[in-house]
Amino acid sequence: MGAFQIDFGSERNSKIVGIDLGTTNSLVAYMDLTRPRIIEDAEGRKIVPSVISSTSDGKLIAGEPARDLLLTNPGRSIYSVKRLMGRGVADVHDELKLFPFRIADDSESVIKVKLGERTFTPPEISAAVLRQLKDNAEAALGVPVIEAVITVPAYFNDAQRQATKDAGRLAGLEVLRLVNEPTAASLAYGLDKRNNGIIAVYDFGGGTFDISILRLHEGIFEVLATNGDTHLGGDDIDNLLLRIALEDLESEWAEDLSRDSEGVQRLRRAVIKAKEELSFVPETRIEFEYKGRRYTRAIDRQLFDRLIAPIVERTLESCRACLNDAKLTPEGIDEVVLVGGSTRIPLVRTAVERLFKAKPHTELNPEEVVALGAAVQAGILAGHVEDKLLLDVTPLSLGIETMGGVVSKLIHRNSTIPASATETFTTAVDGQCNVLIHVLQGERELVKDCRSLARFDFKDVEPIPAGMARIEVRFLIDANGILNVTARDARTGKEQSVEVKPSYGLSEEQVEAMIRESFEKAEEDMRERQVREARVEADNILSATEKGQKSEAWMALTSEERAVIEFAIRDLEASYHGTDHHVLNEKIEQLNKATMKLAENMMNSAVQGALKGTKID
Amino acid sequence: MSIPRDFYEFFGIERRLTLDTGALQKRFYELSRQWHPDRFSRKSAEEQLQALDATAILNDGYRTLRDPVKRAEYLLTEEGFPIGEQRSRDVPPELLEEVFELNMMLEELKQGDASARPQLENARENFVGLRMGIDSELMALFAKYDAAEPQSETAKQALHEIRSVLNRRRYIENLIRDVDKALDAGAADAEPVEERL
Repeated sequence: MGAFQIDFGSERNSKIVGIDLGTTNSLVAYMDLTRPRIIEDAEGRKIVPSVISSTSDGKLIAGEPARDLLLTNPGRSIYSVKRLMGRGVADVHDELKLFPFRIADDSESVIKVKLGERTFTPPEISAAVLRQLKDNAEAALGVPVIEAVITVPAYFNDAQRQATKDAGRLAGLEVLRLVNEPTAASLAYGLDKRNNGIIAVYDFGGGTFDISILRLHEGIFEVLATNGDTHLGGDDIDNLLLRIALEDLESEWAEDLSRDSEGVQRLRRAVIKAKEELSFVPETRIEFEYKGRRYTRAIDRQLFDRLIAPIVERTLESCRACLNDAKLTPEGIDEVVLVGGSTRIPLVRTAVERLFKAKPHTELNPEEVVALGAAVQAGILAGHVEDKLLLDVTPLSLGIETMGGVVSKLIHRNSTIPASATETFTTAVDGQCNVLIHVLQGERELVKDCRSLARFDFKDVEPIPAGMARIEVRFLIDANGILNVTARDARTGKEQSVEVKPSYGLSEEQVEAMIRESFEKAEEDMRERQVREARVEADNILSATEKGQKSEAWMALTSEERAVIEFAIRDLEASYHGTDHHVLNEKIEQLNKATMKLAENMMNSAVQGALKGTKID
Repeated sequence: MSIPRDFYEFFGIERRLTLDTGALQKRFYELSRQWHPDRFSRKSAEEQLQALDATAILNDGYRTLRDPVKRAEYLLTEEGFPIGEQRSRDVPPELLEEVFELNMMLEELKQGDASARPQLENARENFVGLRMGIDSELMALFAKYDAAEPQSETAKQALHEIRSVLNRRRYIENLIRDVDKALDAGAADAEPVEERL
């Protein structure tokens, strides 16, 4: 308002932020003049837990308050929703055994989750977290935040990326770029003008695992290969501990707690606490109290390590495959960077150190480094950071279905993006006028083993004998890793461009409708907030006036002046519970005017009193 | 400004088959700094589209040119020597015997005969050796093409030879892949049992 803002090159008076939208926790950061910084909320907290709750009036809230509701009202709350992003009901079958997701019966291609009375899609739920981060950033920076760089696991497929973009739009953010999490982390680390060399980023988070190998060369961060598992993370470790505790309880308490969602949530917190402690001490206890009963179980690091060894081994397999794709041996890696909360586990650290034969870097907080890197990328896009450039790859191969249910790959995994490829297909039947183009993603050879991204009908093929038509299909992957497909009849030149709508995503219309709805909701929210704020102001002025009425200054007023004030008080009190903040503000102003002289008198007597008090006799 | 679609032209380098990959990488980084979409996020939609288009050509070109085999295949196609579908299973005559033996070993391993494993590993080494021989043959042919006058009979002759050498190479490559797949599948069966508490 009064203060002026320095505009660093961008025409708009707003900032691009970098967001780490994590499975367990989310953070937002921005690029300061010299370096990226995490943005804190009003209470000074950096981390916004990725927990979302639906309030009784159908609104979604996220973060710390939602995490409390997760305990007291698990039926209205959800965590780890990132595991559902861009996935179909069939995909999450295994997930449902371990996570308390309540999938609505009317879920079609897009999953719907029940929270209280209403159902929400995963992008809508994630949008609540993004909205919270946006609010925090706007409050801290004092400017509107409408553009963001959001990070995604490197191994996210097209549908998962689209779903993340949709979540951004639903939160009122234009997603300028999706950046792969390990790549973002390397950007944050690259800030100290690291030498040229090959680095491996091992990113083990709450729900996903990624390994990326990059070549650093004079500010260029070239990803050579990436590998991972979008369903492997700290959550899985929690589930192992949870299973043991549940088995214990079944024999000790003779009760199957797994059906009691509140109990499970509390137990989950207890095992997470024990897991986290084991990163710092050699042994600890799982301690759990519920409905007057107590359960404790000693657990030492040896047992814990044995338990999680298969999970750690799975990450190492991905690392070996990634080295292979990068055509490197472990000796070729100069440095290793650890990212994600699960890399605090000692077994994980030693395993990584042993595989890459290099001591991993841990200077930056593994939970903050991704958001910091996203902010650097935001700085690059804003034109503030000119000496760095990220060259990322597509994690999975893309292809098209051909005869016999075989996938013909057009773009291979680990191709630097943007990337394109064109292949020519023909018709199988005489006079065939349309060709079904089935787009697939994955490494396997058969259609049934790959993920179906989209199907579309290429119409208007010139009806000629089989095998004569030439249909050119062009794939183009943009810098976000999102695919666009164009088909063209080479004989007639007719072209059809298709935005690949992932089979497990929201349609453009659905997203639009949700945005409209959220705008309507936002207006409602805004009105409510204004009324609340007006009431706070009314409280203040009413209590100040009450104080004034007890002071000497009150008696110094004429009886007429006192009557005007008393009338204004009654007037304000009468409209206090109304829902129109305009009326309320008017009454506040009326009382404010009426008490002007009273306030002046009070001020004067206060000053006189103060002068009296300091007078030296 | 129109963007050249030809990879050599885009990189601004001579149309040769022998390339200095270090120099190519340097050029790739320079052009990335110039064209990457990140540099255009504050520009008009039209410029953004052009940057996307140019970077796709740049990346596709780098992927193609840095790899000698892909580079040769690209040049062959551009010079009117299409490499075709290459899905034929015709065995090059000089490999007939080896391929016959290989198929027997693959079958044995499939039947669960573990003794076929070391034999297969030997065969694999043999094929890798053959591929190395082919690669040096290719290098010599690359030099022959580069030394010849463009479009001359000698150049065409070299491309012709390169095409047949590439076909042989692809055949061997597929054999190695089959062996690897068979060895991998065998190893997966012998996976240790998951540890339990």
